[in-house]
Amino acid sequence: MTNSWTDIKNTDLVVIMGGNAAEAHPCGFKWVTEAKHHRGAKLIVVDPRFNRSASVSDYYAPIRPGSDIAFLMGVIRWCIENDKVQWDYVRNYTNVGYLVREDFGFQDGMFTGYDAEKRSYDQTSWEYELGEDGYVINDETLTHPRSVWQLLKKHVEIYTPEFVENVCGTPKDRFLKICEMIGETSSPTKTMTSMYALGWTQHSKGSQNIRGMAMLQLLLGNIGVPGGGMNALRGHSNIQGLTDVGLMSNLIPGYLAMPRETEPDFATYMSTRGNKPLRPNQMSYWQNYGKFMVSFMKALWGDKATAENGWGYDWLPKLDIVQYDAMRMFNMMKNGEVNIYFCQGFNPLLSFPNRGKMTEAFSKLKLLVVMDPLATETAAFWENHGIYNDVDTASIQTEVLELPTTCFAEDEGATVNSGRWLQWHWAGATPPGEARSDVWIMTQIYQRIRKLYETEGGKAPEPVLNLAWDYADPEEPTAAELAMELNGRALTTLYDATDPTKVVLEAGKQVSGFGQLRDDGSTMGACWIYAGCFTEDGNMMARRDNSDPSGMGVFQQWSFAWPANRRVLYNRASCDPDGKPWDPSRVLIEWNGEKWVGPDIPDIAVTAKPREVGPFIMNPEGTSRFFSRKLMRDGPFPTHMEPFESPMANPLNPEMRGNPVARVFPDDMANMATSAEFPLVATSYRLTEHFHYWTKHNYVNAVNQPEFFVEISEELAAEKGIKKGGMVRVWSKRGQVWAKAVVTKRIRPMICDGKPVHVVGIPIHWGFKGAARKGFGPNTLGPFVGDANIETPEFKAFLVNIEPASEGLA
Amino acid sequence: MTERAPQPTTAAANPPVQPLASNLLPSDVVRISATANVPAPERQLDKVAKLIDVSKCIGCKACQSACIEWNDTHPAIEENVGVYENPHDLTPEMFTLMRFSEYENPQGDLEWLIRKDGCMHCEDPGCLKACPAPGAIVQYSNGIVDFVSANCIGCGYCVSGCPFDVPRIHQTAHVSKKCTLCSDRVAVGQGPACAKACPTQAITFGTKESQIALANERIEDLKSRGYENAGLYDPQGVGGTHVMYVLHHADKPGLYAGLPDDPRISPVVESWKGATKTVGLAAIGLAAAGAVLHGLFSKGNQVTAEEEHEAEELVVKTAAVQPETREEL
Amino acid sequence: MSHQYSAPGDHIESTKPVTVSRYRGITRLNHWVTALSLILLAISGLSLFHPSLFFLSGLFGGGQVVRWLHPAIGIVLFLSFFLLFLQMWKLNLPRREDATWVAHIGDVVQGNEDKLPELGKYNAGQKFVFWAMTGLILLLILTGLMIWEKQVPLWEPYAPWAATIPARRIALLVHALSAVGIILVFILHVYAAIWTRGTLRAMTTGSVTGGWAFRHHRKWLRELAKNRKAPDNHNTPAE
Repeated sequence: MTNSWTDIKNTDLVVIMGGNAAEAHPCGFKWVTEAKHHRGAKLIVVDPRFNRSASVSDYYAPIRPGSDIAFLMGVIRWCIENDKVQWDYVRNYTNVGYLVREDFGFQDGMFTGYDAEKRSYDQTSWEYELGEDGYVINDETLTHPRSVWQLLKKHVEIYTPEFVENVCGTPKDRFLKICEMIGETSSPTKTMTSMYALGWTQHSKGSQNIRGMAMLQLLLGNIGVPGGGMNALRGHSNIQGLTDVGLMSNLIPGYLAMPRETEPDFATYMSTRGNKPLRPNQMSYWQNYGKFMVSFMKALWGDKATAENGWGYDWLPKLDIVQYDAMRMFNMMKNGEVNIYFCQGFNPLLSFPNRGKMTEAFSKLKLLVVMDPLATETAAFWENHGIYNDVDTASIQTEVLELPTTCFAEDEGATVNSGRWLQWHWAGATPPGEARSDVWIMTQIYQRIRKLYETEGGKAPEPVLNLAWDYADPEEPTAAELAMELNGRALTTLYDATDPTKVVLEAGKQVSGFGQLRDDGSTMGACWIYAGCFTEDGNMMARRDNSDPSGMGVFQQWSFAWPANRRVLYNRASCDPDGKPWDPSRVLIEWNGEKWVGPDIPDIAVTAKPREVGPFIMNPEGTSRFFSRKLMRDGPFPTHMEPFESPMANPLNPEMRGNPVARVFPDDMANMATSAEFPLVATSYRLTEHFHYWTKHNYVNAVNQPEFFVEISEELAAEKGIKKGGMVRVWSKRGQVWAKAVVTKRIRPMICDGKPVHVVGIPIHWGFKGAARKGFGPNTLGPFVGDANIETPEFKAFLVNIEPASEGLA
Repeated sequence: MTERAPQPTTAAANPPVQPLASNLLPSDVVRISATANVPAPERQLDKVAKLIDVSKCIGCKACQSACIEWNDTHPAIEENVGVYENPHDLTPEMFTLMRFSEYENPQGDLEWLIRKDGCMHCEDPGCLKACPAPGAIVQYSNGIVDFVSANCIGCGYCVSGCPFDVPRIHQTAHVSKKCTLCSDRVAVGQGPACAKACPTQAITFGTKESQIALANERIEDLKSRGYENAGLYDPQGVGGTHVMYVLHHADKPGLYAGLPDDPRISPVVESWKGATKTVGLAAIGLAAAGAVLHGLFSKGNQVTAEEEHEAEELVVKTAAVQPETREEL
Repeated sequence: MSHQYSAPGDHIESTKPVTVSRYRGITRLNHWVTALSLILLAISGLSLFHPSLFFLSGLFGGGQVVRWLHPAIGIVLFLSFFLLFLQMWKLNLPRREDATWVAHIGDVVQGNEDKLPELGKYNAGQKFVFWAMTGLILLLILTGLMIWEKQVPLWEPYAPWAATIPARRIALLVHALSAVGIILVFILHVYAAIWTRGTLRAMTTGSVTGGWAFRHHRKWLRELAKNRKAPDNHNTPAE
């Protein structure tokens, strides 16, 4: 989230698209209710199903799964055509005036530089044209044909309401009504918030879906303002924390990059991370990258990390490919290239696509270690449960170790919510049986491996042996100790850079913010964005003062929000170029003539003068981007791409299948169907009654939603002879499931490309363990392909077929 | 003097943490089933109400979960029968239930109307009227209608008495069960569990006055959004209720899973518990008394000796007419 | 053998003085089971009928017991009365003289028996009691089954309307009204049996005096007298 949950109450218009906040985020949805009740805000829902969010919406429109980019580009086109643009914002805070290289182009749904062999683009041309001063050339008139503005106008030209209706199945009148409602928020005193979740990410072009809306929000001047923003609703209570501390193969904490093989030493690694400003006076905050990286390595190896050894850079793993994402790992596992797999708080047998392939992959392992508070399906992948898990147990040789862990209510620590709030919690119960905290288990493994290295030696012992481990109890670091390490502290006394006699921080003291981190080895901090969470003043995450003097939902004294306790990112953009709030009734910060003041922490240097420093300080341009340069693998503008399994050809390029740069493993391409065999579009989703695959273990949740079902329209039910509550078989090219049929008016066939498209809705919550009835999930059916940038599986749009089944089968 | 818990003003506020004595006393009872002449209470508690704003409800079932947890009930894990309602109906173990209705409005737009069903806590409770067991159903001066299982005989009359089809008979405990409006929570200054759990504050709780004021605010908002017939459901046919709804279509309550348009205690129940009861008992009493008196003061219908003689003659004569008949004695 | 006015088993036991056997032992037992059931039902039913009588449930062990015992006795009453019905229905069919008897109801009450027509085994009043009981018991058993909480699901497959709440409300009302009715009939029945002296022994010892039969049911007596010609009227099947 750029904003916070509590900030949603400040909005005038909520657009829920690519998510179902009422269903999947009912507690956060209270802020939508607040905005509606107390501000008279309107709610728009765009979704293939008339869902729980739609039930309380002011306006709803259906959309074919996987066609969101067309819809969003259509809205942008409409806004431009009808001059629904927040011009002061767009001209001053975005890159619309910048010129793009001459060799950049777009044709047949593709950008310049496509290499079909590699399934990737040569992105050289996706770049600004720089002037002789090294700065990007800006055409303030926005008339230059290679200005981002003109390129954008050209890019969205094709997305007419008719095009949108044809591709998305959204009736034109509904689409236009939504355009009008959205267009109203181009006023400086009206804002719109975008709430989205897996409905946008779980596509082979998920990142571009989100960029589409982000661009629309920029056009309307809704980024950085109260009640605006791009608000990703995170699906687990701490999934934000997971990405923050870099639990991805290509990241290290604080969104720093894991070194690559092509970066053999620290100097080379840093050479591409200079982030020289692209416009005069810009902060380009990533220029501080080195401080964060060195502090991170100092946190890992303490005194062993020195300037001489590049702060231990050699001891970091080096990626030989872009990333070892989960799907790649499971593919390798299936190919017999993985021996041991640690599965910690994760149930991939139910959460990753093509369950048959997952079972095959686990069967190839020598050892599977499952750390979980619950008896997961993954840990029991080898058990035969009839149709629910039809495996040949005797042929599976994998050894499975289950290590029971504590659950969130049984341990202490912080969880990070969607609004980046690190909220501390305390143990509310004693763990049952032999359950131990994940930290204890990991520590025990570490201590034993360390002992093995000490006694027996081995390859590359340094990363383990040199690890700083100065916890009071080396057998079990406390949550507070780990949090203090993430925050960082001074290793030697820090003096002011301009006045060497002035002590900034004494040795051993906690830093109060990432501004104190240094690249000379004098500070350590394991996750720079968390700096400030546990300072000399104590545990900021444990603060529970719910006062909000400004009434803006800022709650500065409640927990800690990264970065720097800032509640709304880019909040400099909530003021006009002179520093006056766009809407005087909704003030986050303002320029008082000397500095930035207000209820929120300014997202800019407090003394940075208006009209000098741009509001998007993390970008070298200081502005936000309609044209995203080389940052996305699938293009600097979002372009309509069909799902890999789609009921229609891409009108921009009928030859193009799915996302042309999404990675597809050879076996999996063969496992993808066409609409000739599988005419129905399936989409997966969550239900309020359950939380992922956890709550089926809980009696009360099982009562509220006991049994697996699929949702279909009355029209499809009639066509197939399916009765409400009857059993159906749903199958894709990869597997089959049996489910009860919920026949509803809330799903209607849509007309796309002149043909009716039927949608089959498949919720995710059932398996063969727990209190609820045994069932299946959509992952049995889904295709093994993910987003081109971040490899999130394409669970929201794939093809299936359906037929009535006899009751006895399941 | 014992410190009593304050009367709750909202469900959102955190309750007092120190132990406080119940504020819902036996002397606050204003009506008792099958009991005439309940003494007038010494004090009048503020009338309370739970307001269910259907337009804010997202059907998440948090209220159901909270209800199960607080009341420690154990509804069965049922099947899916093609709808979102689970359990499929109110049960003796499930005091509240989200009911989902798909409605195509005259403009052709779909509406998914979700209503939390459960006891309405009528000002004039049909269950209490129908109940034959003294003290099994009581009404407090704050409006809460509560079932007292210790006095319940499980006859099911309350089921027939209720205009909303709410009470359910527990088939093994043989007592009637329904929402208590968390009288046990309200007694110690807290609001109902469902209201506390509701994430969107579609369920709120407080004095009836405050809830009506809140409802009016909501109705105004709904009217501004084009729901011309938005209104409060506080049916006067049962004297008003202590569970009220804000409806977008207050003119058609039936759209919401058959919420009664104009609920009242059925005239059949009224006459059963009214005229029949008194007139019937009077008739029986009079008949019995009359019979006894008449029996005491009349001489009775006596057979005379002459008649005995005539009978003998008749028998003998008949035998004489038929001489072939063998004399038995 | 003629049984126009009498039941099989009715016979003259002795002639000096005349005693007439009116009810066999089995019939008497049947009657008293029915009577006892009705009394228990009345008491237990009244305890639920009016709050002021709820204390009566204490006789059975409380309201919870009444909840199941009352309908259980109801079943006993129904079956028991059904057996009585089989034995008595024929002689309770209305006849012409019943109209005359009703027309002279004043004489009945005043005991002016000589102004009344000669009657068979039952007079119109007794017949009224019989048919009223029959009708009310039918109503009570039907409505009783509808409001018997435990048995409501039984209706679902066969007559779902009967399990609906509106139907149950009507059943409750009809049950209550019928119960009042049957208690009134019961009072009438008991009172008449006591007021008409010499009647009770028909249901205790089983016989009545000849004078009683002559006074109240002369046609019945005549027929039994005639039937005495039969060689073995105990073993001869009815004609």
